[in-house]
Amino acid sequence: MTPTLQTFLIVSAALFSIGLLAALSRRHAIFILIGIEMMLAAANLNFIAFWRFSSQTQSPTGVMVAIFSIAIAAAEAAVGLALVIAVYRHYRTTNINKLDQLKG
Amino acid sequence: MNAWIVNNLWLIPATPLLASLIILFLSNSRRGIGAALAIAGQVIALVIGVTAFVHTIGEPGYRATLNFTWFTFGGQALRLGWVLDPLTAVMLVMITFVGLWIFVFSIGYMSEDRNFTRFFAYLSFFSAAMLGVVIANSLLLLFVCWELVGLASYLLIGFWIEKPSAAAAAKKAFITTRIGDIGLFIGILWLYHSSGTLLFYDEGNGCLESTSLLALGASATFIALLIFSGAVGKSGQFPLHVWLPDAMEGPTPVSALIHAATMVAAGVFLVARVYPLFSLGAINGVTPSLTVVVWIGVITALMASLIAVAQADIKRILAYSTVSQLGLMMVSLGVGGVAAGIMHLLAHGFFKALLFLGSGSVIHSCHHEQDIRKMGGLRRVMPMTFITYAIGMMALSGVPFFFSGAWTKEEILHSTAHWSSSSVPHYLMMVGVVLTALYMTRQMIYVFFGAERESSKRAHESPEVMTTPLFVLAVFAIALSVILTPAWPWLHDYLEGESAHVDFGKLIQPMLFVSLLLVAAGVGLGILFYRNPGAKDPLENAQPALFRFLENKMWLDELYAKTVVFGSVILSRTSDWMDRYFWDGLVRAVGGMGQFLGIVSSGFDERAINAGVDEGATGTRGLGRFISGWHSGQVQTYMGVVAVGMLALLILYAWLA
Repeated sequence: MTPTLQTFLIVSAALFSIGLLAALSRRHAIFILIGIEMMLAAANLNFIAFWRFSSQTQSPTGVMVAIFSIAIAAAEAAVGLALVIAVYRHYRTTNINKLDQLKG
Repeated sequence: MNAWIVNNLWLIPATPLLASLIILFLSNSRRGIGAALAIAGQVIALVIGVTAFVHTIGEPGYRATLNFTWFTFGGQALRLGWVLDPLTAVMLVMITFVGLWIFVFSIGYMSEDRNFTRFFAYLSFFSAAMLGVVIANSLLLLFVCWELVGLASYLLIGFWIEKPSAAAAAKKAFITTRIGDIGLFIGILWLYHSSGTLLFYDEGNGCLESTSLLALGASATFIALLIFSGAVGKSGQFPLHVWLPDAMEGPTPVSALIHAATMVAAGVFLVARVYPLFSLGAINGVTPSLTVVVWIGVITALMASLIAVAQADIKRILAYSTVSQLGLMMVSLGVGGVAAGIMHLLAHGFFKALLFLGSGSVIHSCHHEQDIRKMGGLRRVMPMTFITYAIGMMALSGVPFFFSGAWTKEEILHSTAHWSSSSVPHYLMMVGVVLTALYMTRQMIYVFFGAERESSKRAHESPEVMTTPLFVLAVFAIALSVILTPAWPWLHDYLEGESAHVDFGKLIQPMLFVSLLLVAAGVGLGILFYRNPGAKDPLENAQPALFRFLENKMWLDELYAKTVVFGSVILSRTSDWMDRYFWDGLVRAVGGMGQFLGIVSSGFDERAINAGVDEGATGTRGLGRFISGWHSGQVQTYMGVVAVGMLALLILYAWLA
């Protein structure tokens, strides 16, 4: 059985939901970052899948967008980690529930 | 093309002015520098003045002007300028020279004063203003400097401002001269209106030159009289002479510089300067305006010399003597003897400055005692002052042959004799000569002869810095005769614009013997009256009522207080009342209306507008508090909301599609 577009979209949606669940439920900042990375990965999978099953597979547009997205994700992860370290230095914790300085 | 000296004539007043400004910014302790600067300014002015004088000698009737436009308004250009002619040149030399020696004298006289530097700043400022008057070729520029001279006079008379009498005298001088200046100013406006120019000489278009004079016609008489009223104020002529004796409250060098030698001469100078206005349309040398000048001069000269006989203050005697001599000059100008009047002005500048400085020396050594009845016998203690004072006295009395005053007085008597209108001034002036000799003899006897009285006990000769100017001025009081005699009337011809000629045959004139007789009569009477003065004035014993009349200056001050001053007081009281009750009432009513409007407006603000704004603010605050409750600070809550929102959008999309 060859996989169809639908198979990929289901996998992608699952991946996104798992990422969202992680980002919303974990209390550790690093895990939240990992969840966000998973949601990005789900988006990348969608890009590739829609490209692979489109009528124009000659030019690698979907791959290019995915590569861009991964580069941005890398940068975002670097910034995110740096933020987590800075937050840890300041508050001596990475527990997201204790960080409520944004409270209005 | 003008010579360098004409183009740069402005340097003469500018140097003392600059010196004055610098001194003003010096601290009080820089006495030496202050005096040195003032004297340096004066010396430079003297050097330039002499250069200018020498420049005019070569050419009889020399006159050069430099005019420039000050500013233009509409089609009219207001032009100023300066002029160099014999009249200006001699005045320049006299003012700077006499001024210089008075400055030197002041070093000694003011040596103990706290405000030594300020004094020199004022002196220099005065000198600058006076030199400005002399060089002005525009009646406007002359008027500006004229007022500056008045200001300097005010500052110097009131120099000892802590003395109430000095402050009052300064105010009196300023206000009295201002009365005359109003006339002068109106005269200037009138002249500008009728002739369109205020320049004296402007290559044929100046207001003293024939084209403009012809255009003036009959109004020239009124303009001349208005200008003369300025001269009356400044030169202490009747009826505005009352300020001059009071001005003696100032330091004595000031009296010498301003109220004897220079400033009071400004009035005479002004009349001489605008003489063409006075003499316009003269018949036989008589015009209505000149007749007024003569009679004012006669009244002033006689009245002042009479008052001088009964005064006890050494400086007041000299002050009244100055008033009377100025009257004499006015008479001379009025009868047509312009050159004679100016000659007397110059000679008077020298010997009257000498007399004032001599009196300063006496006052200084008698510890600021000015009452001649308390002096006496000073000739032994102060030989230098005595000799120079005697020379000044003889020059003033007009002792013939050796003293400058004699020649000029004789010249004046000569001019009055030839006046075609009346011979009364001639004989009255002769009486004046006798009186002058009389009061000067009286003063000499009281101050320098007889036994020593209370104030002269501890007297001493003044330091050299004070006696040297006396010596120099005394030498000039005699030496000036050389250019004044009828045998070689150099100054006369120079002023008239002719070249001088020598004629020894004219040396002895009949008038000389008349003068000799008059002076001898005056001096003889003086010696007769005062040969051994007791506690009471001999004249007072003989004629107590007359003496009191003269001693109290003919009650003129009291008369003015009862009339002019009283009238002004009534007027100002009325104005005050009008201000207080009428105008003030109006203003108050308007103000009350404004206040009422303000109360209404503020009530509206407080009740209506404030309440609305408050309501709005409370609402906004409540809303803010409610919404800020949503912001828990929990990032994951925010994220959850975003996820729910996204899901909702997705569902909406699916449902709509």
